[in-house]
Amino acid sequence: MSHDVKPNDFADGQARRDAGASDRAASQSDRSLSRGAAWLAALTDDATPLAGSPASVRVVDGSLGGEPCRYIAVVPDPANPYPRARDGEVGLIEGWELGRRVHEAIVADRDSGRPRTIVAVIDVTSQAYGRREEALGIHAALAGAAGAYAEARLAGHPVIGLVVGKAMSGAFLAHGYQANRLIALNDPGVLVHAMGKAAAARVTLRSIEDLERLASDVPPMAYDIASYRSLGLLWKLLDVGNADRPEAADVTVVRAALEAARRDIVDDPERDLRSRLGGGANRDASSRVRGRLAALW
Amino acid sequence: MSATPDFLSRDSFVERDARARVQALVDDGRFRELIDPFERLVSPWLLRQGVVTQSDDGVVVARGEIDGQPVVVLAIEGAFQGGSLGEVGGAKIAGALELAAADNRRGVPTRALLVLETGGVRLQEANLGLAAIAEIHAAIVDLRRYQPVIGIIAGTVGCFGGMSIAAGLCSYLVMTREARLGLNGPQVIEQEAGVAEYDSRDRPFIWGLTGGEQRYRTGLVDTYVDDDSTALRAAVIALFRRGRPAVERSQRCEQFLARLKRYDPAGQVTAEQVRQLLAEGAES
Repeated sequence: MSHDVKPNDFADGQARRDAGASDRAASQSDRSLSRGAAWLAALTDDATPLAGSPASVRVVDGSLGGEPCRYIAVVPDPANPYPRARDGEVGLIEGWELGRRVHEAIVADRDSGRPRTIVAVIDVTSQAYGRREEALGIHAALAGAAGAYAEARLAGHPVIGLVVGKAMSGAFLAHGYQANRLIALNDPGVLVHAMGKAAAARVTLRSIEDLERLASDVPPMAYDIASYRSLGLLWKLLDVGNADRPEAADVTVVRAALEAARRDIVDDPERDLRSRLGGGANRDASSRVRGRLAALW
Repeated sequence: MSATPDFLSRDSFVERDARARVQALVDDGRFRELIDPFERLVSPWLLRQGVVTQSDDGVVVARGEIDGQPVVVLAIEGAFQGGSLGEVGGAKIAGALELAAADNRRGVPTRALLVLETGGVRLQEANLGLAAIAEIHAAIVDLRRYQPVIGIIAGTVGCFGGMSIAAGLCSYLVMTREARLGLNGPQVIEQEAGVAEYDSRDRPFIWGLTGGEQRYRTGLVDTYVDDDSTALRAAVIALFRRGRPAVERSQRCEQFLARLKRYDPAGQVTAEQVRQLLAEGAES
């Protein structure tokens, strides 16, 4: 990838072991373990993902605060048959598979009166950029995923997006951006953006230096999570000790936030995304436009 | 598709700007614009970056009727910033779709028609454009539970980025030969993956994979029409009369996965192969 935003850098010194979770030691010693995979394993006590999904899509049926919960992560797969989707990108197969797994939960819980919570563990480098992808309709595959998450939310599933690493562009739209509530880790490796820097510079006819200077001055253009927070889209920003390799205390903090988010969603009569409005000074116009539209409708 | 002789008398839709496109689509050309250019609700973010703004931020929100039924038409102006969506333009589309869904919950059968001419997120407003597009996705999925949501991609900009996902969420899509539909713009793919993967200057190659005719023949759009305003309007009316599809395209996850299983991604794919892979049983 010529993405300027590099994959997570797991320096040896950072991969501190969590002494309280020695059962996870085996997977944690795998230096190629992505943040998404690490958090999925930590939140589900290393449960084995459901069989039948490609290696790049991990789905675990577990629990959250005693309630049923499906955890879903997209993870890098160096052996992905699609060469442009080996780094944790959301590609053709990933998009349709996310959609399939979310629909599966909707159908299974339809008559239960107790739609399970769905947690999207988000660490996605980007959508897959390639000829195969465009030719075979990756836009439709990503719609398959985004549409399914939105349908789950409307069907009463509490849907929570947990940003543990990169939440880039179309990949984020497909995996997590339809959530009722968004939670992010307060960590330099957490990035939310519409496009990698190099490509963004080319498309806007600017140098990367200009782009970085602008980004520091224009909050929606910035790549860091603090700037993103000022847009009012996040429900919670969480401090953790080790975002790469979650320790027991980190897992406790995140689980508590997920449970609180679930309760907040269940208590909220609305199933749409309006909770994202009105929370950030840097997103005033979004509310102003809606106010005018309602007045003129 | 008709033959060429009548093209001189044709009323080109592609050449119309967003407002004139709306006029061509609604009954008797009559519509009422919401947050019109005189409100001057411009992008606060372009101003801060010294980029020229447009008084409607490149999006027309129009209420009127099509085929005698209430409709809101959301037309993106491709000539302004490549049809890119920032905070204001994105909120106009999302907000209008949300109100259309609310209408339906009150028993008013308002439909929505999107005229998509867009490169996707406006990078000068990056995360606010992305957030607005997520809200557009949410609102389409909500509204399509009550009424079909139709997208027109006429060209010449086409429909890319997060808005191509919005197109993928529409109940029905209409395209012309001039238009392209894809997730990533050719320049971006070339930047990210190299010229051997995707040559952004090879126009026949790009239209062959992502142009309107190919998308129609592969079942990813529903109607393929000439660049003719009357034909576009007739196509929209015919699709609205179909009512909601039994299964939305974006819900056919298993079907698409089954088709992709027949493809070996070790090799590159040709336009002809894609037709064979995807077209089979596209309407099933």
